[in-house]
Amino acid sequence: MSDLLLPPEHRYAKMIEQRQNEDGSELSILNLGPTHPATHGIFQNILLMDGERILDGEGTVGYIHRAFEKIAENRPFYQITPLTDRMNYCSAPINNMGWWMTLEKALDIEVPKRVQYLRVIVMELARIADHIICNSVLGVDTGALTGFLYVFQYREKIYEIYEEICGARLTTNMGRIGGFERDWSPAAFKKIDDFLNEFPDIWKEFENLLARNRIFMDRTIDVGPISAEKAMSYGFTGPNLRAAGIDYDVRVMQPYSSYEDFEFNVPVGKSGDTYDRFCVRNAEVWESLSIIKQALAKLPEGPFHANVPDYYLPPKEEVYHNMEALIYHFKIVMGEIPVPKTEVYHPVEGGNGELGFYLITDGSRTPYRLHFRRPCFIYYQAFNDMVRGQMLSDAIATLSSLNVIAGELDA
Amino acid sequence: MSKSTDIKIVDAPPGVEGSGFFATKLDTVVGMARANSLWPLPFATSCCGIEFMATMASHYDVARFGSERMSFSPRQADMLLVMGTIAKKMAPILRQVYEQMAEPRWVIAVGACASSGGIFDTYSVLQGIDKVIPVDVYVPGCPPRPEQILDGIMTLQDIVRNESVRRRSSPEYQELMASYNIT
Amino acid sequence: MALETSVIEDKLTGKFGDKVTGFIQIKDILSFEVHADAMNDVMRFLKEDELLRFNFLTDVCGVHYPDNEVNRQFATVYHMHNWMDNVRIRFKSFLNGEKPEIDTATNLFLSANWQERETYDFYGIIFKGHPQLKRILNMDEMVSFPMRKEFPLEDGGRTDKDDRFFGRKPDNVNNN
Repeated sequence: MSDLLLPPEHRYAKMIEQRQNEDGSELSILNLGPTHPATHGIFQNILLMDGERILDGEGTVGYIHRAFEKIAENRPFYQITPLTDRMNYCSAPINNMGWWMTLEKALDIEVPKRVQYLRVIVMELARIADHIICNSVLGVDTGALTGFLYVFQYREKIYEIYEEICGARLTTNMGRIGGFERDWSPAAFKKIDDFLNEFPDIWKEFENLLARNRIFMDRTIDVGPISAEKAMSYGFTGPNLRAAGIDYDVRVMQPYSSYEDFEFNVPVGKSGDTYDRFCVRNAEVWESLSIIKQALAKLPEGPFHANVPDYYLPPKEEVYHNMEALIYHFKIVMGEIPVPKTEVYHPVEGGNGELGFYLITDGSRTPYRLHFRRPCFIYYQAFNDMVRGQMLSDAIATLSSLNVIAGELDA
Repeated sequence: MSKSTDIKIVDAPPGVEGSGFFATKLDTVVGMARANSLWPLPFATSCCGIEFMATMASHYDVARFGSERMSFSPRQADMLLVMGTIAKKMAPILRQVYEQMAEPRWVIAVGACASSGGIFDTYSVLQGIDKVIPVDVYVPGCPPRPEQILDGIMTLQDIVRNESVRRRSSPEYQELMASYNIT
Repeated sequence: MALETSVIEDKLTGKFGDKVTGFIQIKDILSFEVHADAMNDVMRFLKEDELLRFNFLTDVCGVHYPDNEVNRQFATVYHMHNWMDNVRIRFKSFLNGEKPEIDTATNLFLSANWQERETYDFYGIIFKGHPQLKRILNMDEMVSFPMRKEFPLEDGGRTDKDDRFFGRKPDNVNNN
């Protein structure tokens, strides 16, 4: 069968033959993906199996390569946010805010404190939504569908908050250079309050369902482990790195958007296995809730955007009645106001790790080069290393706990 | 909790009824049965797939439309839901999945990318899945809300309900398949 | 900041002389240029020196400058990060436009593997000594390097756009 899949000069074909000659046992090739239901995303892995144990794997990615970086070179700065949404679509607002902050850094714009706090709130909500998906789907992959169905109702509540803020659910395209397009409505704050009141009980219940569940622990402890040194060399960041025991968090190392004003812990794991990744994400949800509470309590009054008429769209009423506002509107929408020649790298702590924007401008209406440092892309290359010697079902749990988002992986 | 009396059953098709018998056309019976037990094959690649997750989870519950069982094997699926961008690298795989499905089979293109390539008019993205497989229903949106996905499924149910049992062997259908080089 | 940028600059120029040039602080990151031959040694020095300790390779990417002179038409950009002192650094190596080649960094950081493959896929920059330098995101059959400035963004097969409104060449439509 294997010779149908692989050319005879492939190293697996040689390994199979060698094994055949050694002790007569037969190795097999398993093609996992790209549309396997358990891979939540489209990656292909050709696995060399000894029975149910994985000897080696070879990954293929790029099945949803959409050429974000090429598009970005052809679009005015405002039109790039929709691309960032579609990168890590589980936590789109973090990407949006990261992009605005990159531009603000390039333009030296100081944004008001209120905007920074509002951004923190929406980014932490996005982080919660991201971790809800990852942890509940990890439950599904280890056989517990109930938790998924239960907590997904609360992800819907987060989406309702997004809708109240910007009008969209998933691909939010939220914000502007210097702030938000409108101030948050009282209904949005009401929904956030409701969420903060209801969600902790639900999350506690979900935690109880899995965290000390014998079956879940047996399925995840010592599954897909990675050492701290190796994780660092593989470029891990975010919860997956922290599960391996390194407390690197961009929010602490390089605080952006006033993260330095809030008290929070950076949860770390020890062994870098699937269970630790679950626990780190779980604990991060609690920290995020605490950050949102602090930000709401300390939320200052003030404008919801910086005073930068060159880059911030004027209000619609004025566009209709005021010639100057109309001109600004036109120039901004058409991307006629250039960004000065510079180079910036801005990292934010995305749902999966350090999401970096490396922007080179040449003074024209579009970026000269925009490179996204996509955490998934960088750490997914460790996958085959992590599952070597493990069972096939462990590979599925490992993949699930890494939370690889295909859109982000393939750019 | 819903009471058992709240459960709505599909109405019987029009026909002739008398004591102990009910007569109707085979077409309508088959159409009704098919339309209410469409097993979906979720071919989720990106953002729309996340909205489909919401559609099948507790809040929107696609199971209410007879699509309780996600069929991850193309052999046992009736309705291929293509959700998300299909890159050119992915196109042959999509086509293979479609070819593996047994007749009768229907396809819904969910979202702008699957329908037309969407905002990704780039060198690497297939500009609409109808370039490689025939599509029955297009659902607009980027991504569509779960309600829109449900609306797409209900539209397909209408199509399925009214489809003749002979359609799949008609010359027009053969011609359509031949235009996609699917045998 | 515990590690001053002047210290970094002095240490690097002391060790590599004119192979490292153009030190400039752009926004919050110290940037400089490295001669392509010395890239691997500079990276190793940055990583292993007891004072510098740039332990993390954040990012590798390519840039195309078609308007530059032929020896500076491509650049590979490396971002490194010292987690102990929390200092970031960026350096570029400019490469020849006709024969873009540079040493791989996979011997120092495992994470460079796919990032270099991506750079190769986009720009056709050859990383010498890379264990498996082949396309990663695009199809193996592809012949162009799509991120080079001369290649168009749009797919030729899209028929619903009228080129009069988009300023495109007629051969982009109706070609099937």
